Amino acid sequence: MSGYVEQGEVVRNEQIGSDVWVMDIHAPKQAAEAKVGQFCNVRVADSTAPLLRRPISYAGFDAEKGTITLLYRVVGKGTEIMTHLVPGDTLDCLGPLGEPFVTSKNMLLVGGGVGIAPMLCISSHLKEGEEAQVILGFRNESETFWADLFNDTPVKVHITTDDGSVGTKGFPTAIMPDLINANAFTSVMTCGPTPMMKGVAQVAKDLNVPCQVSLEERMGCGTGGCLGCGCDGAEGKRYKVCKDGPVFPAEEVFF
Amino acid sequence: MSERDLNNTVTPNPKLAIDYCGIKMKNPIIAASGTFGNGPEYAGYVDLSNEVGAISVKGLTPKGRHGNRGTRIAETPSGVLNCIGLENPGAEYFVTDILPDLKKYDVPLLANMSAGTIEEFAWMAETLSVDGIAGLEVNVSCPNVECEGMAFGVDPKVVEQVTKAVRKVTDKPVIVKLSPNVTDIVEIAKAVEAGGGDGVSLINTILGMAIDIHRRQPVLGNIYGGLSGPAVKPVALRMVHQVYKGVNIPIMGLGGIMTGTDAIEFMMAGAQAVQVGVATMVDPTAISRIAREMSEYVEQYNLNSITDIVGAVHKA
Repeated sequence: MSGYVEQGEVVRNEQIGSDVWVMDIHAPKQAAEAKVGQFCNVRVADSTAPLLRRPISYAGFDAEKGTITLLYRVVGKGTEIMTHLVPGDTLDCLGPLGEPFVTSKNMLLVGGGVGIAPMLCISSHLKEGEEAQVILGFRNESETFWADLFNDTPVKVHITTDDGSVGTKGFPTAIMPDLINANAFTSVMTCGPTPMMKGVAQVAKDLNVPCQVSLEERMGCGTGGCLGCGCDGAEGKRYKVCKDGPVFPAEEVFF
Repeated sequence: MSERDLNNTVTPNPKLAIDYCGIKMKNPIIAASGTFGNGPEYAGYVDLSNEVGAISVKGLTPKGRHGNRGTRIAETPSGVLNCIGLENPGAEYFVTDILPDLKKYDVPLLANMSAGTIEEFAWMAETLSVDGIAGLEVNVSCPNVECEGMAFGVDPKVVEQVTKAVRKVTDKPVIVKLSPNVTDIVEIAKAVEAGGGDGVSLINTILGMAIDIHRRQPVLGNIYGGLSGPAVKPVALRMVHQVYKGVNIPIMGLGGIMTGTDAIEFMMAGAQAVQVGVATMVDPTAISRIAREMSEYVEQYNLNSITDIVGAVHKA
C-alpha cells in the first residue's frame, strides 16, 4: 500500500519535555487511513540540506478533525528545524507507511523513549472490546511527562526507572512477569531501544505471550525503494523495515 | 482518479519521447537502479506506464546477496552515502519470479547487472537477455575478484573486455554504467565504445565516508559508501560534458538530478537521457514532477522535441 504525499498544515507544535515535542498536523488523507504502528515520513524543509525525510511514528490521528499527531525528539538538524514550525506553516508529510500493529483483546504495551509514541497511539485508539496496560521505561523522573500523555486514555500506566526515582527500579522487564501472571494478556507490543525490546520479547516468549516489536532503523526512502533499512529475518529471509515493518512478530526479527 | 492506482491515467507529452539505442521511452527520465525498487513499489505514486521513461531495476548479481551489515545509509550535506552492498535475490530468481509481474506496466526495463568476473558478466547478460528486458545496464563499479577486488571500472582495458564479453552474448542494447572514481572517465567511455557498447550511463556514486564523532567510528557499517544526490551534481555534469566530446555513443546522465532544470542541464551537457535516484528517495512522485517541468520547458521554448537540446552547450 502506498502512502499519500500531503502538504500538511501545522495545527500545534509544543515542547512537552526537555527535548521532546508534540505536533498536530492537518493531513486528512493520512488521518483517515492511518493505523496504529504506522509512520509518517516528514520532509522538514524544501531544501537539499536536510535532504531525506525523517520517519516518525504516529502518536495519534483523528479522522474527524483530519489531523495526525507526531511526538518527536530533537536529535539533529532535521528535528531541530521542526521545532521552529508554528501553526499555519506547511509540512510535507508522506504516509501512512509501513505495516501496523495487529491489535488484540488484552494487550501489554511496553515503551521506552520516543518508542512510547506508538504505544500512546494504540492506547488512544482501542477498538470495542480491546483493553491494554502500558509499562513505560524511563531513565529517571525527568521523563515522567510521557506518562501524563496517557491521562486521556483508558489504559493503566506502570512506570519503571533506571534509578528508582519513580515507579519500580529497573527496566520494564523487571515488572513484566508479575503483570503477565496476574492478567490474561493476549499480546505484548513494544517499541523503544533495541536492547529493551529484545528483553521484552524474551520475557514474552518465556511466558508464552505473542509479541510484536516496532523496529527503528535509518531509512532512505521509507517506501521500499532503496533497501537502506534492510534487516535479517528468520530462516534467511530479508525484510525492509520501512515496508515489511516497522512492526514485526518478535520471532521474525529477534532470533 | 485514485492516487493509489495511477496506471494509465496520465497522457505523456509526445515532445518528451526519445529513442535511446532503439529503446523507445515516453520521456527521457529513467528511474536509477537501487532507488526505485523494481518499479511496482512506486505504482501508487507515479503512473509507471506514462510518466516514467524507463526503469533500471535494483542491481542484480549472479547469486542472491543480503548486502552489507550495519548502517547502510547516511545523510551528508546535500547528499546521501550508501553501502547497501547490492542486496538482491539473484538474476535467475528475478527472471522467474519478479519479471513476470513487471510486464504489466508499459515501461522499458533495464536490467542492471554486476558480477565478480568477466565470465560471470557474460553469464548475467545471457540470463537477463529475455523477453521483457529492453536493455542491459552493466555496473562496472563492483570489485573484480580476479584482480584483488579492484573495481572493473577503473581500468579501460578491463572495461573493454567486460563490454566485449557482454556484447558477444546479447542482442539487447548494452549500456555500461561508469564509475567516477577514476582519473580520466573519457578513456573509460572510449573503452566501452571500442568494446561494442551501445551507450554509457554516468556517473555512479562517488566513494566517500562519514564519521560519528561521539562513537569515534565511521557512520557506515562498510566504512566507505557511495555518495549521490545534489552534492555530486556539478561533478557529474562536468563528466557528462567531457564524455560527450570523447565518444559517439549516447549518454545517460545522472547525479543529483532533483528538478526539471537539473535534467535539462544534463541534456545540454550531452546526455540523451537522464536518470533520477535520490530525488525519488526524497519524494516518491519526483519523476512525474520532473517530467512535468521538462514538458513546461519544451513548451516555453516552443521546441519540437526535448532531443533538440542534447549537447546544446557544445554548439554555442
